[in-house]
Amino acid sequence: MASISQKTIHQYLRHNKKFPHVWCSGCSNGIVLGSIIRAVAELEIPKDDIMMVSGIGCSSRISVYADFNSLHTLHGRPIAFATGIKMYKPRMKVIVVTGDGDATAIGGNHFIHAARRNIDLTVIVINNHIYGMTGGQFSPTTPTNDFASTCPHGNIDPVFDVCQLAIGAGATHVARSTAFHSLEVQNMTKEAIEHPGCSVVEVISACPVIYGRMNKKGNASKMMENMRDNSISLKAVEKLPEEKTKGKIVRGVLKKDTNIPEYTDSYAKLVERLKRGNDE
Amino acid sequence: MSAKKKQENQPDKTNSSVLVKEPSEKPKTVLMQGNEAVALAAMEAGLDFYAGYPITPSTEVAEVLADKLPQRGGTIIQMEDEIASICAVVGASLAGAKAMTATSGPGFSLMQEGIGYAKIAETPCVVVNVQRGGPSTGLPTKPSQGDMMQSRWGSHGDSPAIVLYPDSVKEIYELTIRAFNLSEKYRTCVVLLLDEVIGHMREAVSVPDISKYRVVNRLKPTVPPEWYKHYDEDQKYLSPVASYGEGYRFHVTGLSHDKYGFPTNKASEIATMTRRLKKKITQNIRDIIQIESFMMEDAKVAVFAAGIVARSAKSAINAVRKEGFKVGLLRPLTIWPFPDVAVQRMLKNVETVIVPEMNQGQIIHEIERLTKEKNDSDIKRIQRTDGELITPSEIYKKIKEVL
Ligand SMILES: Cc1ncc(C[n+]2csc(CCOP(=O)(O)OP(=O)(O)O)c2C)c(N)n1
Ligand code: SF4
Repeated sequence: MASISQKTIHQYLRHNKKFPHVWCSGCSNGIVLGSIIRAVAELEIPKDDIMMVSGIGCSSRISVYADFNSLHTLHGRPIAFATGIKMYKPRMKVIVVTGDGDATAIGGNHFIHAARRNIDLTVIVINNHIYGMTGGQFSPTTPTNDFASTCPHGNIDPVFDVCQLAIGAGATHVARSTAFHSLEVQNMTKEAIEHPGCSVVEVISACPVIYGRMNKKGNASKMMENMRDNSISLKAVEKLPEEKTKGKIVRGVLKKDTNIPEYTDSYAKLVERLKRGNDE
Repeated sequence: MSAKKKQENQPDKTNSSVLVKEPSEKPKTVLMQGNEAVALAAMEAGLDFYAGYPITPSTEVAEVLADKLPQRGGTIIQMEDEIASICAVVGASLAGAKAMTATSGPGFSLMQEGIGYAKIAETPCVVVNVQRGGPSTGLPTKPSQGDMMQSRWGSHGDSPAIVLYPDSVKEIYELTIRAFNLSEKYRTCVVLLLDEVIGHMREAVSVPDISKYRVVNRLKPTVPPEWYKHYDEDQKYLSPVASYGEGYRFHVTGLSHDKYGFPTNKASEIATMTRRLKKKITQNIRDIIQIESFMMEDAKVAVFAAGIVARSAKSAINAVRKEGFKVGLLRPLTIWPFPDVAVQRMLKNVETVIVPEMNQGQIIHEIERLTKEKNDSDIKRIQRTDGELITPSEIYKKIKEVL
């Protein structure tokens, strides 16, 4: 595999203006940014054609650092803004970066409707199982019985499975990996960008400073090791007995369907049909 | 994808309006509904993108556009709610579209965060609010002027607002175009407030000749991308603005930002930004404000009213004038920024001001603020919140009481 040099990455960063970044040391967000940039570089998509849209949260700060067209929106709403951009300029490659709270709590409605429409957005959900930016309140993906600042006695809420939610709602390309597997994230992002339809990539990530501390998950490197040890690829799952795979994070492309019409394409066809009709 | 102007000047077979034709076959007068006028005028102003969520009494705007906008290559999408609608509108506008949404009370409430975003990000867009009775679901099919203050202060934080208020179908047409022009010029969200009655009313409109209206389009930057500032402070207001996907790769955020659009915590940069948001409106107030003064020259009693209520006021005033009394009307076409200077000047010599409004008293506070030299008893109110119009006879009676 052709490796992308550090120098290449620097060409994609707004290094002179926006660094140092806001993230804690040991946070996974930077790793995910690296994977996205390498994916774009490998696909050789011009920076001018990339539209990066994010919501509000630690993860959503990603959009300010990369030298793309970039839009840092409102909490929960990046997919709605991105839908407007994609509908008006379908030629742009629109990448949405969002947190678990941003995508599945406050923004849950936009998430499922983008999936239903199968609009060509690449939605990267960075799932750190917590509201990082606001200091560690539980999110729809905080595991039941875990701790957060708004569930100091243990979380009684059931969780959302981000990928199953996307699949159920109609997204046509759904994948999951972890920040430890940064190369896998890179390849999944590449595939997602190239997929003509709504694609969701869930990246399980580490927030060592808040979620990690509150739940005694160890330091940043320990949390990375956990991602390695507690995850399993989809291929391996198929071969192993159930007791060996129980409770593991399943990594891989969970759904891929290229037969469903893409939304902006359907709209273009409608316009075309009306044009022909009017000419007759 | 810009809308084709020429096409629209031709009589349109699919137009639901009834064309009243002269022998020459040239369209002259059209029977047009208020909400339909919004849609048709928006297209004249160059509407490229509409996103919305259905709500009475605004839905006809979306229905007309759903028919016509795709036919001219424009884009329309029905979103999952009003929050998504305003966000999609702002996104499309940042990509270069002239963009609009239309809604009513509950939807307007949901849009407030997005409207604030459009303002801080200085993104042109138009939001039409066909008002209905409130609070909450309230009175979906009945008129109200309950959003006078929400249209000014509805979004959190402090920022100026431009809000226009037509009183007839013809004026809806004109002010819709003006709303787009002001939004492009001052790079902000402009709200068009309609009364339900006018939104649903059908009136004969002599089709305005679009060539009479100057359509304003935002300027494109000519500097190389490295020099580009998305919020260039040395331009008065018509600063050139890049769109996404055209080589400028700028950043936009709802956080307080510097002139490039990057987030900042520096007091001096924050102050520059908030001052800019305010000044672009306050320094151009004469360009933004429109107010009608009707029989005010010698008036001793003035009625201050907007929209449909001003029409009731006009018939009352005509009747009282016939009896020989000196009564006039002030009618704001721009309700925000409030026409302070004009109102102060024109109310100076009147003895009594009557403020009829279909709410529990919103605009009257502005009038009180501007007429401090008068006694409280010189400012009279007529307020209705029962879903019924304020009639000419109610205003007539009040005028006769104070004469
Ligand atoms: C409308 C609104 N509600 C609440 C907030 C406060 N807020 C900011 S970020 C955030 C949670 C972010 O969590 P997540 O999306 O999971 O991202 P993370 O910070 O963990 O990366 C919240 C609740 C806000 N900015 N806007
Ligand atoms: S709080 Fe957590 S998610 Fe946010 S920057 Fe720090 S480590 Fe990352």
